Amino acid sequence: MVLVFAESPRGQFKKAAFEAVTYGKKAADILGVSCVAITLGSVKDAGELGKYGASRVLNVSDNAYDHFDSQAYTSAIADIAKQVGAKLVVVSHSSTGKAVAGRLAVRLNGGLVSGANSLPVVSGNGIRVKKSVFSGKAIAEFELSASVNVLSLMGNAVKPEVSGAAVSVENVSVNSQKGRVRVKSVRTQEGIVPLPEAEMVVSAGRGMKEPGNWNIVEDLAAVLGATTACSRPVADSHWRPHHEHVGQTGIAIRPNLYIAIGISGAIQHLAGVNNSKVIVVINKDPEAPFFKAADYGIVGDLFDVVPRLTQALKKFKSQG
Amino acid sequence: MKFLVCISQTPDTTAKISFNGDGTEFNAAGVQFIMNPYDEWYALVRACEIREALGGTVVALNVGPAANETTIRKALAIGADEAVRINADPKSAAFTAKQIAAYAADQKFDIIFFGKETIDHNGSEVGAMVAEYLDLPYVSYASKLDLNGNVAAIEREIEGGVEELEVDLPFVLSAAKGMAEQRIPNMRGIMTARTKPLTEVQPVAFDENSKVVQYTLPPAKAGVKLIDPENMDELVRLLHEEAKVI
Ligand SMILES: Cc1cc2nc3c(=O)[nH]c(=O)nc-3n(C[C@H](O)[C@H](O)[C@H](O)COP(=O)(O)OP(=O)(O)OC[C@H]3O[C@@H](n4cnc5c(N)ncnc54)[C@H](O)[C@@H]3O)c2cc1C
Ligand SMILES: Nc1ncnc2c1ncn2[C@@H]1O[C@H](COP(=O)(O)O)[C@@H](O)[C@H]1O
Repeated sequence: MVLVFAESPRGQFKKAAFEAVTYGKKAADILGVSCVAITLGSVKDAGELGKYGASRVLNVSDNAYDHFDSQAYTSAIADIAKQVGAKLVVVSHSSTGKAVAGRLAVRLNGGLVSGANSLPVVSGNGIRVKKSVFSGKAIAEFELSASVNVLSLMGNAVKPEVSGAAVSVENVSVNSQKGRVRVKSVRTQEGIVPLPEAEMVVSAGRGMKEPGNWNIVEDLAAVLGATTACSRPVADSHWRPHHEHVGQTGIAIRPNLYIAIGISGAIQHLAGVNNSKVIVVINKDPEAPFFKAADYGIVGDLFDVVPRLTQALKKFKSQG
Repeated sequence: MKFLVCISQTPDTTAKISFNGDGTEFNAAGVQFIMNPYDEWYALVRACEIREALGGTVVALNVGPAANETTIRKALAIGADEAVRINADPKSAAFTAKQIAAYAADQKFDIIFFGKETIDHNGSEVGAMVAEYLDLPYVSYASKLDLNGNVAAIEREIEGGVEELEVDLPFVLSAAKGMAEQRIPNMRGIMTARTKPLTEVQPVAFDENSKVVQYTLPPAKAGVKLIDPENMDELVRLLHEEAKVI
């Protein structure tokens, strides 16, 4: 049995939950078992997880879980894992999932791969799973040999896939520890897709010269429906908010499309973005190291090229 | 107040990554090692700042071989009062966590600090594991930490936002950007670091249940396709028809 913890921040699933269940279903097929999803706290439309392959959807409806606490979540998930006899527990590699994955592995005495990005392969009595290491500069294949193992699934590693129908939600109770963390408030920017989940990212660096020039970046992001990001010196000099900083010391992302504008492509920047599926680089310096990591490159002045690209995209979108 | 800061040693951010012939081990030849940036810039500096304001002791801990002592001395130069090295090759996050937990179990630390992740393993695993072994609350990705008596006020990074929370001591924390500013050790720090205590501790036994069987390098990119800066319609066409991302 594969148990998937489908997280529901503020009562709603995000893409990460559908990815985790899709992955759990595929892993369950490989292992010849079924896939069960567990949700914690008040959740809207939990039964929808059936569509992504969960044969059962369990919910612990206690509203103590409406705020995250790694101890309370871990003990609830571990208790369910024991109840259903899970061989593999899958969580998302998110701020929530990362804080429970290590705890779960210790509690269940299992092996752990955090940030897994490949489906498991059966190998002897265990499974093998890959993840990206050395900030994207290498791939490691792990072998997990415990009777229960834990994976946290990297965002965008699988695409959510509908393979079944919604199921009815089963209320379950658990023998869980009480949380000791007191959440006071949660501030999120509504309306934009957070960077770790974004499928398209438009990012800009010091080549922008000054913060007042960012309108051309925002216009491009707007036609694409992309999230904006920036290089570290841009965030450090407060041209852009810190949560936009991508790279080794910022956020690591793996969108389908990454457009880098006026960014040189230093190794620490690449470390956070080189897992993007397609990289477009706009830079006036043909020697900029970023071109080596790019799929498409435009050597030119960003102040001309970016508005022109925005126009071309508008034209494309209007032609449907 | 007694704080433990767990510091790891990682290849320098610009290091070229390679493996031995059969891809089972990292090739350390010619690689420069540094203190993991999150551990150094954020966790260690914030622990020292709080100690400076409220008094107490900061202990820096590394699981690693004697060769790591240069990195450990740097932690002392930045401001840790004493250091501990658990004399073992940190084979895996699970192994490392077990060692740290075994050491910290009877030491009554008020806060155990970690970096948000190591830049080689990129796991974010060790902190959560130690918290579980010690049955303590764990606050990951903390970008702000203030103490009010026995209560910590923390801001934590979540997807697209920030969570504000409180937790009573003792607890385990992982530090992210925003928590503190990098400190360059000064001459006096470097001098006093030489005489600060550095204790060696022997590891405890641990049964591994995960191991890396193969390292590979990612496939090389096919090479960049250059597009005429005057012709952005062409880029749009390629993104749509060839790359299929729009
Ligand atoms: C330990 C460590 C960790 C780090 N972590 C990160 C990290 O997480 N993320 C990160 O981004 N950096 C990180 N850095 C910094 C990194 O090394 C680089 O300094 C940084 O990425 C450079 O930012 P940039 O590309 O915006 O600026 P620059 O390197 O100054 O590049 C600006 C680019 O813009 C181009 N340009 C200028 N004008 C124009 C124009 N009109 N049209 C088109 N192109 C133009 C230039 O040709 C140049 O290539 C880290 C460094 C260290 C030491
Ligand atoms: N060998 C080690 N010795 C001491 N602390 C470590 C070691 N390895 C990792 N850590 C700590 O655990 C954190 C998370 O590491 P990781 O789980 O590998 O991402 C690091 O930022 C360090 O604070």
